[in-house]
Amino acid sequence: MSRPGTLTVYRWELRKLRAQKRTYLGLGAAVLVPVAFSIAVAIQPGGPTEVPFGSYVKDTGLAFPLVTLLFGSIWFYPLIAALVSGDIVANEDNNGTLKTILTRSVERSQIFFGKVLAAFSYSIFAILLSGTVATVAGILVSGFNPIPTLSGTTVTAGHGLALVAASLGVYLMPVLAISSFALLLSTVFRNSAAAVVGTLMFSLLLQLVVIIPGLDGLQPYLLSTQFNSWQGLLRTPADWDPIIRAAWVSAAYAIPSLAIALTAFLRRDVAGG
Amino acid sequence: MSSEAPVALRGLTKQYGRITAVDDVSLTVNEGDVFGYLGPNGAGKTTSLRMMLGLITPTEGEARVFGLDPQKSVDALADVAGFVEAPRFYPYLDAMTNLRLVAAFDGNDAKSRIAEALDVVELADRAGDKVGGYSHGMRQRLGIAAALIRRPKLLLLDEPATGLDPGGMRDMRALIARLSAEGMTVMLSSHLLAEVEELCNRVAIVRSGRIVYEGELDELRAAAGLTIRLRTSDDEVALRVLSDRRGISDVVRHGAAPIQFRAADESAIGELSRALADSGALILELAPSAATLEDLFFELTEGEGDAEAEAKRLDEAADLTGGPQ
Repeated sequence: MSRPGTLTVYRWELRKLRAQKRTYLGLGAAVLVPVAFSIAVAIQPGGPTEVPFGSYVKDTGLAFPLVTLLFGSIWFYPLIAALVSGDIVANEDNNGTLKTILTRSVERSQIFFGKVLAAFSYSIFAILLSGTVATVAGILVSGFNPIPTLSGTTVTAGHGLALVAASLGVYLMPVLAISSFALLLSTVFRNSAAAVVGTLMFSLLLQLVVIIPGLDGLQPYLLSTQFNSWQGLLRTPADWDPIIRAAWVSAAYAIPSLAIALTAFLRRDVAGG
Repeated sequence: MSSEAPVALRGLTKQYGRITAVDDVSLTVNEGDVFGYLGPNGAGKTTSLRMMLGLITPTEGEARVFGLDPQKSVDALADVAGFVEAPRFYPYLDAMTNLRLVAAFDGNDAKSRIAEALDVVELADRAGDKVGGYSHGMRQRLGIAAALIRRPKLLLLDEPATGLDPGGMRDMRALIARLSAEGMTVMLSSHLLAEVEELCNRVAIVRSGRIVYEGELDELRAAAGLTIRLRTSDDEVALRVLSDRRGISDVVRHGAAPIQFRAADESAIGELSRALADSGALILELAPSAATLEDLFFELTEGEGDAEAEAKRLDEAADLTGGPQ
C-alpha cells in the first residue's frame, strides 16, 4: 500500500512548472540577460569599470557571471525567484485547484512543503542556469583566463571557476530567503501579481532602509546586504564573516516567513473556486 | 470503519462574520443512501459539503465521514470522493495528466483505474486534450472520473448536473443511479427537484443554512398530505367547518376562487364531507390532487414564515401520517 507524501507533491509541482509559460519567462530572462551582456561586451571597447570585476571582462570570461550577479542581485534575480515562488500557492487559488488536491490523500503540510521544495528548486535552477550561461558566454567572448580577486591577487582560471560556482552558491542563500517571503505573500494574499510585486517591493525597500538617518546600523542585518556576501569568497584569504552572516540572516528571514505561511496554509478555509 | 455512518453532521455551524452560512445542521447519511441535500442557491449546501471534505473549518459542531473527522487528517477521506461547486483541474495540462496527478495524490492503485474511469464518463477519446479547452459538461464528467479513480464508498457531489445540457443531465443521473446500484453511497446537493425526485431515497431540505426537513423522500411526499380544491353552496360556512378541524390544514381562499386546503389523509376528507353536509354547505366540487415535492420545496424554502415554524408545521403533518419527526 503506497502512501503519497511530500516527494510525490514535489515531483508533480515540477511537472506543473514545466507546463507553465511563467516558468519559461523567468528562465528565458535568466538566460537572455547574461547573453545580452556578453554581446554588449563583445561589441564595445571597454567594460563596466564602475563595478567590481567590471574592468576585467575583456581579460577573462570568469568576470562575466560575477558582474551579472552584481547587476542582477537586488531586483533581477529576486524577480525571477518571485515569479514562481509568488505564484505557486496563489495560482492554485486562482484556478480553484486547491480543493482538488486537498481532497485526495495528501496532508496539507505535505502539499505545502512540496511546493516549497519546488519553488526553491526553480530558484536554484534559474540562478545556476544564469551563472552557467554567463560563464560560458564570457569564456567565448574573453577566454578562460586567470582572474584577479578583490584583494589584488590573481587566481588561476580553474580556481576562479570554482570561486564563481561557490559565489553562486552563497548568493542562493538570500535568494531562497526571498523565495520564502514570496511564498508567504502567495499564501496570504492568494494573488500571484500581489505576491510577485510585493516581494520585489520588499527587496527594494530593504535597500532604502539604510538611507533613513539612524538606521544605517541595521545594514549588516538586512537581506539586501546579504546579496553581496559572496564577494567575501573573492578575497585572499577568503573573508568568511559576511558569508556566515548571510547564512543566519537569510535563515532569520526565511524560517519565520515559511512558518507563518505554513500556519496560514494549514488553517485557511478553502472556500473559493 | 464501515460500521460508522458515511456522513454524520452534528450541530454543524459555519459563520462568516455576522453571516451564518450553515446553522446548527445535524443529519445522517446511511450506507447505500442516495441522499439529496436540497435547497435554493445560497442556502449553505456547498459550505456544508466543504466542511465534510475538510476544506473549511466549522465554527461549531462537527462533520464526520465514516466516523472520522476530516479536519484532523485526510485519512478520514480514504473512502470519500467528489467535488464542490464545479470540479477544477489544471487548464494547461491534458485530462490524462490531470487524472495522473490526482491518482498520484491518491496513492495505492488509483492510477490503474484511470482508463476505466475515462471510459465510464466517455472522455477516453479526449484524454489528450488540454482541460483549458474543455466545455463545462466535459469538466463535470472529468470531475466524476477523478472521483471514481479513488474507488470511493461515499461520493459527495455538489450540483452535479449544473451547467449540463439535457442530454448531459440525463447521462449524469444515469451514472449516479448506476453507481448507487453498485453499492456506492451518494450524497448530492441540488436545487433541482426533478433530479432529487429521480435519484434520491432520502433528502434534507435546507433553507438559510438550517435543515427544515430530513427524512425519506416517500415520507416527505406523504407528509405533504393531499391538496384539496373545494367549492360549496356556501363557502363562508364551509370555511368555518374547515377551521381547526383535525387532519385539515393550510386552508386558503383567494377571492371567488375555490377554497384550497391540505388534508392529512383520505379519512379526514370523508369526515369533512359529512360535516359539510351536516352544516348545510352543499359540496359542488371536492377535487383531490397529490402535492408535488416541488410545492412542498417552495413552501419550505421560500415561505414568509421562518424555517422553524415551517418545520414545525411539517412535523405536525408528519404526526398525523406517522412520518418523520
